[in-house]
Amino acid sequence: MALLEIQELCHNFGGLKAISDFSLTVTAGELVGLIGPNGAGKTTVFNLITGVYHPDGGHLYFAGQDITTWPSYRIMARGMGRTFQNIRLFKDLSALDNVRVGAFAQCSYSLRQTLFRTPGFKRQEAQMTDRAHQLLARFKLSRYALTPARHLPYGEQRRLEIARALISNPKLLLLDEPAAGMNQAEIGVLITLLRELRQEFDLTILLIEHHMGVVMDLCQRVQVLDFGETIFTGSPLEAQHHPAVLEAYLGKDGEPDEI
Amino acid sequence: MLRRRSQLLAWGGCLGLLVLAWILPASGLLNPYVQQVLMYVGINIILTLSLNLVNGYMGEFSVGHAGFMAIGAYIASILTVAVCPRFWGPWLFPFVLIGGGLGAALAGLVVAFPSFRTRGDYLAIVTLAFNMIVKSLLENIELIGGPRGYLGMARLTNVPWVVFWVLITLIALRNFVYSNAGRGVLAIREDELAANLIGVNTRRLKIYAFLISAFFAGIAGGLYAHLLQFINPRSFSILKSTDMLVMVYLGGIGSLAGSILGATIFTVLLELLRPLGVWRWVVGPLMLVLLMIFQPTGIMGLREAKILQPREEFGGVTRNPGTMP
Amino acid sequence: MLALSIQYLLNALQLGSVYALIALGYTMVYGILTLINFAHGDIFMVGSYLALWGALFLLGSQVKLPLALVFIGALLFSMTLTALLGVLIERLAYRPLRQAPRVSAVITALGVGLFLENFTLATIGPQPQHVPPLTPGYSFTFLGVTCSDVQLLIIVLSLMLMVLLDWLVGYTMTGMALRAISYNRTIVPLMGVPVNRMISLTFAIGSAIAGAGGLLYGLAYPVLDPYMGVRIGWWAFIAAVVGGIGNIRGAMLGGYILGAVEIFTPVFLPASTYRDFVAFSLLLILLIFRPTGLLGRPTFERV
Repeated sequence: MALLEIQELCHNFGGLKAISDFSLTVTAGELVGLIGPNGAGKTTVFNLITGVYHPDGGHLYFAGQDITTWPSYRIMARGMGRTFQNIRLFKDLSALDNVRVGAFAQCSYSLRQTLFRTPGFKRQEAQMTDRAHQLLARFKLSRYALTPARHLPYGEQRRLEIARALISNPKLLLLDEPAAGMNQAEIGVLITLLRELRQEFDLTILLIEHHMGVVMDLCQRVQVLDFGETIFTGSPLEAQHHPAVLEAYLGKDGEPDEI
Repeated sequence: MLRRRSQLLAWGGCLGLLVLAWILPASGLLNPYVQQVLMYVGINIILTLSLNLVNGYMGEFSVGHAGFMAIGAYIASILTVAVCPRFWGPWLFPFVLIGGGLGAALAGLVVAFPSFRTRGDYLAIVTLAFNMIVKSLLENIELIGGPRGYLGMARLTNVPWVVFWVLITLIALRNFVYSNAGRGVLAIREDELAANLIGVNTRRLKIYAFLISAFFAGIAGGLYAHLLQFINPRSFSILKSTDMLVMVYLGGIGSLAGSILGATIFTVLLELLRPLGVWRWVVGPLMLVLLMIFQPTGIMGLREAKILQPREEFGGVTRNPGTMP
Repeated sequence: MLALSIQYLLNALQLGSVYALIALGYTMVYGILTLINFAHGDIFMVGSYLALWGALFLLGSQVKLPLALVFIGALLFSMTLTALLGVLIERLAYRPLRQAPRVSAVITALGVGLFLENFTLATIGPQPQHVPPLTPGYSFTFLGVTCSDVQLLIIVLSLMLMVLLDWLVGYTMTGMALRAISYNRTIVPLMGVPVNRMISLTFAIGSAIAGAGGLLYGLAYPVLDPYMGVRIGWWAFIAAVVGGIGNIRGAMLGGYILGAVEIFTPVFLPASTYRDFVAFSLLLILLIFRPTGLLGRPTFERV
């Protein structure tokens, strides 16, 4: 069953075509890569899926509902999680609070219950806090629980962002360049982590990545973007040898541009 | 067991404070002047807590909170003078104040809606315009005295009532801040877009924050009106809003304890400087500028006194989560 | 009827010129530092006092100076000293906060404004001061419309200053540097633009123009008090926002619009006390529907 279905998405920025006729279907349980050279429009696709921008044309279906015109928070609460290319944690909040904010939509107590701190409120708060601690432990971040996010080392910040996205038990996780700024060893750890998470949280993952190794290792399927247009869909291995992909990455004739 | 005891202690403390606030003035141990200053301190604490929710916790920038205060003050005053029978005044006082608070909260919506679309400087200008519009409207309604002001309220505000409302404000804000909604509000301050993108309904939270903040500013207005027994539109100008800003940033943004400190220090200092005459008004702004340059986060910036944090907040981890490592 | 309308229009133009001159200062500082310089209205107030003292000093001199010379002397005196004041404020209060959160700087600006105002109040006192006439007092009547020489002086001189500024910012190297800094403050120093000097220059120009506005305002409405900076300053500030803060031509346009609002409100509404209400409501509505003002450009956030 299709978890996410994107139909002929189009988007312009001030008359400039950023995305044209982008279609993609992601089935539950899949791990799909979205690749392409810089400025190809990959992050724009993520922003369209998550409601940061609303598309000029086309439709988005998620978990059986048309989410094309929904606001971001509603889309995310429906079961999506997202991380960012340049980490966007809540820098002055503790790691624990960062993760708990991620559970915002799960919380069902009312403003009245909040202001009077009713037993129902306390029960839910305690559950949520426990769950946040579990997640921090799972990501080996427990010792940073009360440390403001800005003081965490880079790798830990990346992991915290994933933990924040996962506390709401999303069906679909959107990862925007999770390996950016990591060295070879760290990338190895990341690949293992993502594999494990997929099992543990029963995730479907859509991944933007520059690092071909990650894509090769993880993705069953890739879609290649260039100047907002899809130039290839298929297995990662095929993508590596496809002439259009090579041209997009390396310039015409498969030769690097002359310097 | 331990939990029950600490809860008892907290309630006992609040009750004790109220009883003390009732006994001390009655016993004649506090002269009227000290009582008056105490009441000013209390009202300013409520105002500072209220503004801190929007400016400190949510990271928006309101420069128009005197507008909410004005609405609360006028509604409460009109209710006591023109609506309630005079004899019932003292008994209806809390309801009158709540009436004023609700009116102010309604006005809070007026500012909350523009805040969906604009942020930062532009929202500051919106709140400023709001403040000016309220003042200008009050000046133009002859029925409530126009620019001459409104009077006739009995002096219903006293030390116990002020302490009571300070406690209510403090408890309500603490409960709000340490909750799902409160964390969402902090997330708006840190990164509004990212908050939206992990499922935080930022619009609803902005409405909540402005409603609560405006409500308590309105309560403070009502208390103020029934302490002075005379209000006029000029008491709620942008100057008043600036005073509130000074108290918030002096005490420290995003801190309940800081708000209490900031309001107390500012109010007492201004009283102590009374002999300076006009020059007193030079000191406040100068203090604000120096504060911004040398200690921009205020005394308690982003930190909280442990006594004001709910015990169960961190789920077993007990270290104070101060920002400073 | 037509004559009356034109008369009102003329009055609006006169007042609008002063608003525009002050609005320019708000908008220039915002353009380069993205700081709302709430102290600017009070700089204008100080400027008008300086102009008054300059004029009084020159009028009281042994040699009987021609009025035109007194006017020019007072103008230069006021412009120079307000420019200095603006630079001083930037150096002492705003520069230490350049890396601090934006809110800190805005609050500081509010503080500086209040300081200037209360300092003036404490030293000079609240009683209004009267400005002596510095023009011969001619007035021309044409088809029932009266135009005084003061009115003409204000409108023409303001227009000259504005054209000069527009040329400076739009067509000179200095102007190009200013625009570059407002576009991106991190890269521009690497191109060899002396950012600090440029920012000082902005404050100097903006404040000097406010100083000129102070003199002109004093000629038209010859009573000065320490609170005039707040009263006039807020209106000029609205003008800057209505026009699109950061945009120089927007500030001029906004100034004339606000002048018209002030003059025409009592014509259509029962009392002149509704002026503030109308002006701030206009501002609020505009901000809700077009947050960046009439001529401002919209901004986008990167994800």
